[in-house]
Amino acid sequence: MTLLEARNISKTYAFGEAEVRALCPTSLKIEAGEFIAIMGPSGSGKSTLMNILGCLDKPTAGEYLLGGVDVSSLSRDECAEIRNKRIGFVFQGFNLLPRTSALENVELPLLYDGISAVERKDKALAALRKVGLEGREQHHSNQMSGGQQQRVAIARALVNNAPIILADEPTGNLDTKTSAEIMDLFVKLNTESGITVILVTHEPDIAAYSRRVIRFLDGCIVSDEVTKISKDKQAGQRQAAHSFSTDP
Amino acid sequence: MVNIPSTIRLSFRALRVNKMRSMLTMLGIIIGVGAVIAMLAVGTGARRRIADQISSMGSNLIMVLSGASTSGGRRLGAGTQPTLSLTDSEAILKEATSVQDVAPSLSGVGQIVFGNQNWSTGVTGTTPSILDVRDWRLSSGRTFNADDVKGANKVCLVGQTVVDNLFGDIDPVGQIIRINKIPFAIVGVLEAKGQSPNGQDQDDTIIVPVTTAQKKLFGTAFPGMIRLIMVKAGSIEDLARAEREITDILRQRHRLGPGQDNDFTVRNLTQMLQATEQSTKVMTLLLGAIASVSLVVGGIGIMNIMLVSVTERTREIGIRMAVGAKTWDIRLQFLIEALLLSLIGGVIGILAGITVSKVLSSIAGWSIIVSASSILLSFGFSGMVGIFFGYYPAYKASLLDPIDALRYE
Repeated sequence: MTLLEARNISKTYAFGEAEVRALCPTSLKIEAGEFIAIMGPSGSGKSTLMNILGCLDKPTAGEYLLGGVDVSSLSRDECAEIRNKRIGFVFQGFNLLPRTSALENVELPLLYDGISAVERKDKALAALRKVGLEGREQHHSNQMSGGQQQRVAIARALVNNAPIILADEPTGNLDTKTSAEIMDLFVKLNTESGITVILVTHEPDIAAYSRRVIRFLDGCIVSDEVTKISKDKQAGQRQAAHSFSTDP
Repeated sequence: MVNIPSTIRLSFRALRVNKMRSMLTMLGIIIGVGAVIAMLAVGTGARRRIADQISSMGSNLIMVLSGASTSGGRRLGAGTQPTLSLTDSEAILKEATSVQDVAPSLSGVGQIVFGNQNWSTGVTGTTPSILDVRDWRLSSGRTFNADDVKGANKVCLVGQTVVDNLFGDIDPVGQIIRINKIPFAIVGVLEAKGQSPNGQDQDDTIIVPVTTAQKKLFGTAFPGMIRLIMVKAGSIEDLARAEREITDILRQRHRLGPGQDNDFTVRNLTQMLQATEQSTKVMTLLLGAIASVSLVVGGIGIMNIMLVSVTERTREIGIRMAVGAKTWDIRLQFLIEALLLSLIGGVIGILAGITVSKVLSSIAGWSIIVSASSILLSFGFSGMVGIFFGYYPAYKASLLDPIDALRYE
């Protein structure tokens, strides 16, 4: 099942008279259950693509379909709803609310989904358990290590049962050991819960956890390859479905 | 769908995080609301006090004064020429349809002696209807009656100040006092009335039958003449008509031709009441307006702090937007924060205003009235200030670009 489909999306920024192209017209299909790493040097367009995929930004041209719906034509609030229900974000700098407990940070997406306080707490506790933070519900972000903070962020991404996690350099601020723990968690979520994970990184070690690697350079995709065959039986089919094209 | 209770809790926490700042911001509103409450209380209190004083003289009261005019350069006797008579007074009561009651009055000063005490006070000769006309009641004893007037009996009613000065603990009713050496029996004590609008002690008085005053106390050159007729009109609406009727009756009775000036003056106390009430009302409004300027300044303080807060919390706004906060989720969060600032400030300001009013009232020595409407008004006004000055920062926050907001350091 195709989860995300980008059709010739491009992004240009206008600085006065000069136009800067952040993303070449790009087409891309991502199936449910994939684990993808997007690689490339800074300024290569990978973050722009992530923002568009995460409904935080809109392409200048082209169509972006999420679950068959063209997202590029949606309003601000409709995009907010999609982010709330279908996408979980994990950032390099964790982006937890300061002076707020882990539990409340995890509850945040549910708050904007109009879910009752009791149910919010239940779901948030379940999500924290899933990322191995039982007993730390009341800790504030300044009382936790980087790895723990990132786990809280992952719990927040999971709590509303979003089928997609977009992680932008999730291990950028973490040491090697903690990075490995966080990546193992992503792998576990991908294989056990079937969550589609798309992560941006420029570390090959981290990209090695994924099964498909898309490389960017100067706003364009330069390669898109399947690096690992999933144990999943449908792996073969999925591989066949992978397609990309770039318009230089 | 916006989750209001959670948003309120959130806003409370945001305000608690910056306690000092929140308090200073609220201070603007506290001072504004406090000033509005105190100023309105002072104004209302002053108005009530003046109204009380004027109505203590009697409501719907018209004063007809004698001999206040000279005509054609001809001098009317020695300054205070009495031109009114008891029959004038009776004619007004009988003929003027809008008049409810009249009290003719002839007054002077008397030296009062009781035992070894003495006291100088105003003595008014009048009829028992004075009590009705001036809305006066007795605290003990009885009033004198028509027979006392007819017989020019030596009976009197005494005011509270006179009682305080002469009698101490003795019950004055039934006692004999001497007014200008003439013995009078006290039949009743007047209820305390307090000061008149021009500061006179209305209780420093003695009332005797008008005939007694004429014949025995103040022997006049023109027997049967009086200096003043107090007239009570049926209602405030009747005052103007009563004045016209009185003027017509008296001109006719005094045989004044069309070209001649009145040999009497008609004064209306309610006009005075309305004029003073009008001016204190203007004063109250003015004080209130000045006070509300500080409320507006407080509102600008809220706007300022909210703009700072939105900038400081740009990243937080970005996080909230990324996880699904919609335009109105963010806008309401900041709007409620501004509203809480102004409403909490408003409540504290109301308490402060009431306290200041209490202090002022004990200093000024007159009652200062904090009306429910002034509390509602300033509370509502502070809420409006919060929404008005909080909207722009909240609007600005809700339109931030999530990507820029997330990148904000």
